[in-house]
Amino acid sequence: MLATRVIPCLLYQDGSLMKTVKFKSPSYVGDAVNAIKIYNEKEVDELIFLDITATAENRLPDLAVIRQIATECFMPLAYGGGITNVEQVREILHVGVEKVSFNSAALNNPKLITETAKAFGTQCVVVSIDVRKSIWGKYVVYGDRATRSTKENPVEFARKMEDAGAGEILLTSVDREGTWEGFDLELVEKVSNAVRIPVIAHGGGGTLGHIRDVVKLGKASAVALGSLVVYQKKGMGVLINFPKPKELRSVLS
Amino acid sequence: MSQKVKILDYGLGNLGSIQNMFKKLGIAAEITGEEAEIEKADKIVLPGVGAFDEGMRGLAKSGLAGILSRKILEEKTPLLGVCLGMQLLTKESDEGKEKGLGWIEATTKRFSFAPNNELKIPHMGWNEVDICRPDDLTKDLNKSGENARFYFVHSYYVECENARDVLLKTSHGIEFDVAFRRDHIMGVQFHPEKSHRFGMQILQNFYEL
Repeated sequence: MLATRVIPCLLYQDGSLMKTVKFKSPSYVGDAVNAIKIYNEKEVDELIFLDITATAENRLPDLAVIRQIATECFMPLAYGGGITNVEQVREILHVGVEKVSFNSAALNNPKLITETAKAFGTQCVVVSIDVRKSIWGKYVVYGDRATRSTKENPVEFARKMEDAGAGEILLTSVDREGTWEGFDLELVEKVSNAVRIPVIAHGGGGTLGHIRDVVKLGKASAVALGSLVVYQKKGMGVLINFPKPKELRSVLS
Repeated sequence: MSQKVKILDYGLGNLGSIQNMFKKLGIAAEITGEEAEIEKADKIVLPGVGAFDEGMRGLAKSGLAGILSRKILEEKTPLLGVCLGMQLLTKESDEGKEKGLGWIEATTKRFSFAPNNELKIPHMGWNEVDICRPDDLTKDLNKSGENARFYFVHSYYVECENARDVLLKTSHGIEFDVAFRRDHIMGVQFHPEKSHRFGMQILQNFYEL
């Protein structure tokens, strides 16, 4: 039977790995390549690597960095950050990346999702959706690293993206990110029930129990982890780590 | 005794990752689409990502069909098909109109589940495999004490006509073949280059054949 994937999601900014809380206050985690070497040694299922300032800074994806990271990964790798055309996708896949993730492009130019899926297959297309809850309790999709509210609601947007050619959705709760408080189960379940493609839950994962809940109750197909895999514990220093396979099996089976 | 491993470049597939894993094992595998280089091969890897017809047409356009036939069918050079590469070795696929190479008695079929079935297509992620019969290609897979598992991503699967050709199976709704071997012609559905130590074992075994 297919195992539920548990995936470190790494945020890259100014040449290093960073960690944010609710998409704010970035703090330094360490060297990206070194961290990825460690995750590879720990045989993580997959890795998501996001260059979180590429779009804002109008930068192209840094192929040299991406290539370096790809050579350290003997597991599937997804890259996101600043991708604006299919040629870039081709180059990125060529250096050894399995999947590309679209966030800004999904909002501003969804045709790119369709083009990419047509050219390379939906299995290499991840659409990354960042969501905040309004004060009236409504879920709203946000763009530009959660600085810009859109008119989209995550359920309909996820469906639109599935129709456009997305192979997976990376669903991030901005409100839970970096808080260790657990995933937003209601959000994850709503979106997972709305689409047939896998939904990767992201934002708030702080314990094995959270991982279990977002899969069993939130119906997530996969789980992305941030704080839990870069810090020793909540409020403590950096430690590149990953839950033991036995521990994950015990909560996911 | 250093073997020359050539990874076939016919326009498809993530060749760098396969080369990279060989490199980690201390094996210098060359990526090539040149007839002269393929001629020198002691072992050939046929990679592939994408659609069946695209793969067969890519092979045809590459001009390598002749040298490949000669190396594989006449000289019996060991060949490992990976993912789509494995499927191209079969007779035909539900996915496409083109005929496959037909170098193994097998066909490629589409996964098809009832509408209310929650199982997703493509079969994507890590899955454990069952060992059907012992073989040098698949030896030592469970040596670490853990069940061998690999990374899969595919919407079509291979069905071998002869049970004795089947080395490994897995299950996703149905049980299906994920590794075959008929003499020097081998195929694996999963991506060894993305399957950590289990994939490394497969590539190491292939090299040592």
